[in-house]
Amino acid sequence: MNNQKEHLDNLSEIRSLMERSSKFLSLSGISGISAGIIAIMGVTAASIYQGYSFFERTRVTNLLKPTGGINMDFMLFFSIDAIIVIILALSTSVFFTMRKAKKRKLPVWDSPAKRLVWSLSVPLVTGGVFCLVLLRYSLVFLITPSMLIFYGMALINAGKYTHNEVSVLGLFEILLGIVALFFIGYGMLFWVIGFGLFHIIYGTFMYYKYER
Amino acid sequence: MKSIIKNLNKVFESRIRLGVMSILLVNDRVDFNTLKKLLNVTDGNLASHINALQNKKYIKVKKQFLNKKPNTSYAVSELGKKAFNDHLNALEKIIKKGVDF
Repeated sequence: MNNQKEHLDNLSEIRSLMERSSKFLSLSGISGISAGIIAIMGVTAASIYQGYSFFERTRVTNLLKPTGGINMDFMLFFSIDAIIVIILALSTSVFFTMRKAKKRKLPVWDSPAKRLVWSLSVPLVTGGVFCLVLLRYSLVFLITPSMLIFYGMALINAGKYTHNEVSVLGLFEILLGIVALFFIGYGMLFWVIGFGLFHIIYGTFMYYKYER
Repeated sequence: MKSIIKNLNKVFESRIRLGVMSILLVNDRVDFNTLKKLLNVTDGNLASHINALQNKKYIKVKKQFLNKKPNTSYAVSELGKKAFNDHLNALEKIIKKGVDF
């Protein structure tokens, strides 16, 4: 009888070691919340610049010149806005994740972390290049749906090396991206939902599940 | 009952050896210090268990220099994979039969 309990203990120990050694579990829920808030601030800046709220349909005249081609002033503002959002979102995420790892006395840059970053970067960089090419052909209305779809695929790919919930978030981003394809012109609204709202909901859920 | 116990591998009787094998099965390569941290054991303790697994040819060792510091990493061998799998299957059988004890 005692023997059986010992075997059961051994099995649960094996399972826990396999998970701890192959998955990066220090990803912080607060990172998700902060990334979501920063994304919403970024879109708000863009909507103020354009002069209408993100519930309204984006007018083509704002993005493209009447003679064809892209309105460069607008593009410059948009690019700077996007770069600031990406840098802020990434650095706050890294900060909160490092803080969580330190609190639990776990290494931050171990091999599961490296695999996580690699599995995220491949689809993300591919998506980034794809969106730049869309821009090159003035297909601006496809950029938000493409961003959501590629980001979702990156999350599903990375989910293997961290909490499974990341894959679920990825699935929702892809679904939203596909829906966005049918509502051309509402890019800002879908950005707020996908990169803002979804991140905040995901982050809050993860915080209450794993960090409280 | 004796026949079931027979399939348990003596080499895997220690918790630390079980731990080393389970970590190596889900990772391509793991170095000594990472194993030490994950298993929460001392250098000497871990080294002697690793030696036992190595003598059985269940794990492969790779020694190299990283930033001029010696670095030893380990990977599971095909033989080790099979032995560990058999051991886990035997454990599972015992637990399932456990109700009849």
